[in-house]
Amino acid sequence: MRALLTVFCKEFLENLRDRRTLFSALLFGPLFGPILFGAMVSRMLNQSVLESDEPLRVSVSGGEHAPNLVRFLTSQGVKLTFTAWSEAAARDAVKHGTTAVVLIVPGEFAARFTAALPAPVFVVADSSDSQTRKSADRLRALVGAYASGIAQLRSQIRGVSPLLAVPIAVNDIDVTTPTGRAVVVLGFMTYFVLFSVLMGGLYLAIDSTAGERERGSLEALLSLPVARTALVGGKLLATCAYMCLSLAINLAAFVVVFQFVPLERLGMSANVGALTALEFFGICLPFVPLGAALMLLVASFTRSYREAQTYLTSVLLVPTLPIAFASIYSLKTHSALMLVPSLSQHLLMTSVLKDEPIAALDLVVSAASALGLAAVLIAATARHWRRETMLG
Amino acid sequence: MIEASALCKRFGTIEAVSEVSFRAADGEITGLLGPNGAGKSTTLRMLYGVLAPDRGSARIDGIDIRGETSAARSRLGILPHAPGLYGNLTARENIEYFGALHGLPKAVMRARAADLGAALGMDGFMDRRAKGFSQGQRIKVAVARALIHDPSNLVLDEPTNGLDVMAIRNVRQILRDLKSQGRCILFSSHVMQEVAALCDRVVILGQGRVLADGTLQAVREQFGGATLEEAFLKVLGEAEAPL
Repeated sequence: MRALLTVFCKEFLENLRDRRTLFSALLFGPLFGPILFGAMVSRMLNQSVLESDEPLRVSVSGGEHAPNLVRFLTSQGVKLTFTAWSEAAARDAVKHGTTAVVLIVPGEFAARFTAALPAPVFVVADSSDSQTRKSADRLRALVGAYASGIAQLRSQIRGVSPLLAVPIAVNDIDVTTPTGRAVVVLGFMTYFVLFSVLMGGLYLAIDSTAGERERGSLEALLSLPVARTALVGGKLLATCAYMCLSLAINLAAFVVVFQFVPLERLGMSANVGALTALEFFGICLPFVPLGAALMLLVASFTRSYREAQTYLTSVLLVPTLPIAFASIYSLKTHSALMLVPSLSQHLLMTSVLKDEPIAALDLVVSAASALGLAAVLIAATARHWRRETMLG
Repeated sequence: MIEASALCKRFGTIEAVSEVSFRAADGEITGLLGPNGAGKSTTLRMLYGVLAPDRGSARIDGIDIRGETSAARSRLGILPHAPGLYGNLTARENIEYFGALHGLPKAVMRARAADLGAALGMDGFMDRRAKGFSQGQRIKVAVARALIHDPSNLVLDEPTNGLDVMAIRNVRQILRDLKSQGRCILFSSHVMQEVAALCDRVVILGQGRVLADGTLQAVREQFGGATLEEAFLKVLGEAEAPL
C-alpha cells in the first residue's frame, strides 16, 4: 500500500510539471466541450430567433395576374420583389442563390380563378437547403391561408356553411416542457462530459506506461522489490485523479457557459447550476476508474509514446458508440440500459437535465456495471504487467 | 554474492542462454564479457528476476531470486541496459523515488541520497530536473538510484555504454570504491579494455554459453594470449569454429 501511494504521488507530481499533460488534461480536454457547445448553441438560438422576426422575402413572377393575392401577401408583411421570370429563369435564380423563393403566377390564373376552378401557382425553392425550405414553408402556409379564406367566401355566397369544408378539427397538444425541448439541444453535452473524463487521463496513461518504456526507466522499476499490482494501482490512481480534476473543471465551465447561453429566449430552461454539476460528477465518478483502466490497459501494450497516442485517440471515441446507438434507435431510459457504461451515464445525466426522477436502483446498477468492468480491466492490466513481455 | 547455476532461457526457437553457471564474490568486480548477442543481458535479467529461467536458478547472498524475490532484490542494486530517468523529476527525486519504493524510512532515504550525491560528485545537479542531463550525469543518477537501499550486490548492464572518456574514468572509480567497501559487483561489457582495467574475475559468454571463467591471469594463461584481448579472440574462435 505504501508503494502504491509512492507511485501515485510521483506520477501526480511528475505530470503536474509536464506542460503537455497540463494542457491536455486541465485545459483542452475540459474546456473544449463547453466553449464549442456555448458558441454553437448561442449561434443556433440567435439564428432561429432571427428567422421568426425576419420578414419573408419572395420574388413574384406574373403578380399582375393575381392582384388580390399580392395585396394579401403584402398585408402579411411579406417583402415582394416583382420580376417577369419564366419558370426556367426562376429555377436558375434559385439554383444560383440570387433569390431564396420564387412564386410564379401563370397567365391562366385569372381565368381559372374567375371560373372557380383550382388556379395554379408555382413555388420554386431548394428543399435541400434548410433556410430556404423554411421560407418556402412559410410562403405555402400564407398562400394556403389566403386560399381557405376565398373558399369560405365562395361557400357562403352559394349558401353553404363554410364549416362543411372542415369535417375534422385537429388540435395539437404539445407536452414538451421547456426543459424537455432544451434537452434536444443539450443532448450532446453529455458526450463532452465523458470526453473530458478520458482526456484528463490520456497523457498520464501514456506517460506512465509507454513513456516509462520509451525512456528506459521501466526495467529499473520492474526490478524493484515492489508488487506489480502496486505499480499498476498507483498509476491507475494517478490517472483517476487527473480525470476527476478534468471532470470538475469541465462541469464548472459548463455551469459558467450556461449563464451566457440565452436558452430562455426560446422558452427553454436548462437547469444547469451548481447542484446539477454535482449530480453529474456523482454519476460520472464510477466511469472514471473504468476509463482509466481501459486507457492503461491499451497503453501497456504499446511500445512507444507515438503508438500509444494513436491507439488511445481511438479509445476516446469508445464512449460515443453506445450513445450514438441509443440516439439512432431513440432508446428511452430503461433499467436494462443501465448495464451499459457510458450509455447509462448519458441517460442518467439526460434525466437530470430533464428534471426527471431517477430510480435509486438505476444509479446503483449504472455504478456497479462501470465499476465491475473497471475491475476486470484492472485485473487484465495487472496480469499483463506481471508477464515477461512487459519488459519489451 | 551472486550465483548463477545452470541457467537456461529460450525465446521461441533461439536458445539465448544455456547452462550458464558462475559465481561473483563479495569484494570483487566480476566482468561478464561477450560479443553482442552472447546472452549477457538475458543472463543479468534472470539474475535480477525480471525474466524467469526455463531451468536453473539464481541466488543473491544465498537467497533464490524466484523464491523470495523481494528479499533477494532488497540485497541487489540494478543498473539496467540504457537506464532512463524521469525527466520532470530532479536527480534527488529520481533517487528518492526508488528509495521510497524500497520501503526505506524517509529520514534514512534523505540522508542516504545526500551521501550518494556527495560521494558520486553530483552536488552541482542534485536539485536540477533530469531532462537536460548529459549521459555522464544520467549514469551517476542511475547508479545512485541503484545504491539508495545500500545493497551488498550490484549488477550493471554495460554501464559505460555511450559515455565519454572522462565519464568512463568516473564510473570506473565509483566501481572501485564500491568494491573496496566489500560489495559484490557484476557488470557486463563487450569492451575488453573495460574488463581488463577493472575486473578481478572474468566470465566470457559466447552464444549463450560460458566459454571461460576465472581470474584475468588464469584466463590469459588458459588460452595462451599475452593480453585479454588475444585470449578473448581465441576463446570465441574455439566456440565458433564448429559453425
